[in-house]
Amino acid sequence: MEVVRLRVNGDERACGVPAHYTLLEALRYGLGLTGSKQGCDKGDCGACTVIVDGRAVLSCITPVWEAEGKDVRTVEGLANGTETHPVQDEFDLNGAAQCGFCTPGILCSSVALLDRNPSPTRDEIRAALAGNLCRCTGYAKIYDAVEAAADRLGG
Amino acid sequence: MLRLPPFRYHRPGTVEEAVSLLHEHGPDAMPIAGGTDLMPNMKHRLFTPAHVVSLNGIGAMRGIGVSGATLRIGALETLHDISTNPLVRGHFPGLATAAGQVAGPQLRNMGTIGGNVCLDTRCTYYNQTEFWRGALGYCLKKDGDICHVTRVGRKCVAAHSADTPPNLIALGASLTLTGPTDTREIDAADFFITDGIWNTRRASDEILTEMRIPLMGPVSNGRGGDRDNGRLRPNARGVHRRSAYRKLRQRNSIDFPLLSVAVVGDFEQDGTVAGLTGVVSALGARPRILAGWDEIALGERLGPESIEALAERARAQCRPLDNIIVDAEWRRAMVPVQVRRALEELAGGRDDEPQSRNG
Repeated sequence: MEVVRLRVNGDERACGVPAHYTLLEALRYGLGLTGSKQGCDKGDCGACTVIVDGRAVLSCITPVWEAEGKDVRTVEGLANGTETHPVQDEFDLNGAAQCGFCTPGILCSSVALLDRNPSPTRDEIRAALAGNLCRCTGYAKIYDAVEAAADRLGG
Repeated sequence: MLRLPPFRYHRPGTVEEAVSLLHEHGPDAMPIAGGTDLMPNMKHRLFTPAHVVSLNGIGAMRGIGVSGATLRIGALETLHDISTNPLVRGHFPGLATAAGQVAGPQLRNMGTIGGNVCLDTRCTYYNQTEFWRGALGYCLKKDGDICHVTRVGRKCVAAHSADTPPNLIALGASLTLTGPTDTREIDAADFFITDGIWNTRRASDEILTEMRIPLMGPVSNGRGGDRDNGRLRPNARGVHRRSAYRKLRQRNSIDFPLLSVAVVGDFEQDGTVAGLTGVVSALGARPRILAGWDEIALGERLGPESIEALAERARAQCRPLDNIIVDAEWRRAMVPVQVRRALEELAGGRDDEPQSRNG
């Protein structure tokens, strides 16, 4: 075991991990942050997406050491205290989640997009979410929710 | 759940330190940058290095900028940054398109162009869990002695599956490799070999640090361009270079290519072809530079007839194998289709505009 220091959702955290842990394993099994999901666990499905230094990345294939000294945001850190992030709110209002397994990753991809581009076109939303698989919704309501969130953030 | 095998993680700050770690630990060490190829492969137990050497702390391997008559791209630049960089998009739209079509957005935020160039070859019978591979008795490329693709072959035919190298080859790029004793440059066209097990000329203790792409150099016939006060301009006879990239895949995201086509053409002001190079990949272990195009295209305009002839010439020399799960006959039938589309883009495109995102 070694000690890795991570800045997760604004908190400085330290946890003991084996040297070969991924960022996802450190989040889930070291820090108890089980929002980021372990899906395919090999970089295909996007369920483990987190935001590192402003960019959406796949935590299941990120060696934990590459996250040291960087700003890590997970789905647990999107809400402001008890106030949900507009993207979370609009996912609820638009019925953009069904089984919910892909939702944390899609929320992170969406927030990374909106932080960079506050008023994306439908095509830009589709492109930003092209690395997140959802087997339930067919995506239409997800795109609706991100559009609605963009409207709220811009308005 | 796929666990990584145990390893020690090294984070050197310079190329020299990284090379010396790779050299010291020999086959027990592997370099990692974005990790988007190595991490899944390690989870599948295709590689089990005891030492993993991260290149991400090496600032000298970053940056995109004009250097002499070339564009220098540091190997650590991410595929996202390559695909959006104004210099790359302006000069090499085919390369920008290819980088923007690698996998999905998260993987492009992580994966680097150096890693894409050094991407391990892929095969239906190789990119599987150890359990899956073991059930089939393993294969030539890893742990076994039979090729499930060719049945009888003694040579691994896993497919070169990276998107950027066909463009780098067609653009006449050179790659810089640093090893324990020296630094060498190698043409992208000479970097790949027809060995699916290890398909590049990079030694295991060498690091690909950067690449240089001529801003307006010879394509296939040795005619070059001139530079004026550091700015690219058409050469004295007004020759303009264009490039395009086509990628065949099942979905418009995430997937590796089933077939990829990069074309680079130099055009006279009147639209006739002064040089034309086509590179096709996702067939065998190395990208294929298409032969016999000059005699069809040189001095001609790219019209329906010449494009059809070029596409047919491409089809005749490309034979996809059953190394990718999608039907090889269909992939072969798609060779002339994708080549034709790439050439049509080249014929209709402007000199400074990347092709649309996908299609």
